[in-house]
Amino acid sequence: MELTGSINVIGYGIAAIGPALATGMIFTAYINGVARQPESRNVLQPIAFLGFAMAEALALFGLVLAFVL
Amino acid sequence: MTNLRSAGEGFVPPGAKDFVLPPIFDSIPWLTKPILLVALSVILVSVFFILSSRKAAMVPSKLQFAGEGVYGFIRNGMAKDVIGPEFMRFVPFLFTLFTFVLVNNWFAIVPMLQFPTFSRVGFAYALALITYVVYHSVGVKKQGLFGYIKGIAFMPGVPKPIYLLLTPIEIATFFIVRPFTLGLRLFANMFAGHLLLLVFFLGGEHLLQGVIGLKIVSPFAFIAGIGLTFFEFMVQCLQAYIFTLLSALYIAGSLADEH
Repeated sequence: MELTGSINVIGYGIAAIGPALATGMIFTAYINGVARQPESRNVLQPIAFLGFAMAEALALFGLVLAFVL
Repeated sequence: MTNLRSAGEGFVPPGAKDFVLPPIFDSIPWLTKPILLVALSVILVSVFFILSSRKAAMVPSKLQFAGEGVYGFIRNGMAKDVIGPEFMRFVPFLFTLFTFVLVNNWFAIVPMLQFPTFSRVGFAYALALITYVVYHSVGVKKQGLFGYIKGIAFMPGVPKPIYLLLTPIEIATFFIVRPFTLGLRLFANMFAGHLLLLVFFLGGEHLLQGVIGLKIVSPFAFIAGIGLTFFEFMVQCLQAYIFTLLSALYIAGSLADEH
């Protein structure tokens, strides 16, 4: 069997590990915070999503590069 | 598109070329599907909110309740919490941004339309540019041009030698990285999501034309595709939320006297 394709995609898979772990850690911290102090939810939510967006941006750079290169 | 695909014997995976749609009329080269979708989204959003606010009453109708729910979510959940006391003059901007992005993202999974406008990079960057202009002009207006640049480049309360490192980073963040990632995030999410659905549905359709063994597995591709459609729905809402939230955060950053 012959496989053809771009090896960039494998590179993207590896590159996505970091942002995936980061996203997990961000939401771990967010859930922990809300579990300990439920009234802090409104304060923590934008911060959590901001962090998520930052981590996700890195994964998306990888996606774009996988297509561009 | 699908018929062309299956005419050949090999499976051609969907790629970036699937996002380049031909003009609807050959004589008008700029009139493509994304342009029409943007116009449609403006009409839909306007009509919905005009209808929902026209007969505003103390006891709201279902439509009014839905419209006010969205408005309240942006005003209280986002603008008020993030921007602070001056939030009210940014509510129209944020509200428009959120509903516009949300409806355009939804087009990706609406039957017959099925194309996310923001998977064309130009649209996403046009929106990012608007936010860019807004948050910089707000900052300049509030603190003066010199004060605003100074506030960005020389954050107070930092030991002097650190400025060597911090100033280039801060300037790059405010003027290059922020607008770049803001547009890219929306574009790449919509692009990747649409591509994902294309892979599953075109792949399933291709499997259906194979030998009997492949025909049996093809429903699983379709089922996974339907599941991913719901996942995409979640991503679309999330991206509209994040785009608006980040715009609000950038505005709040420009309004604050000390960063």
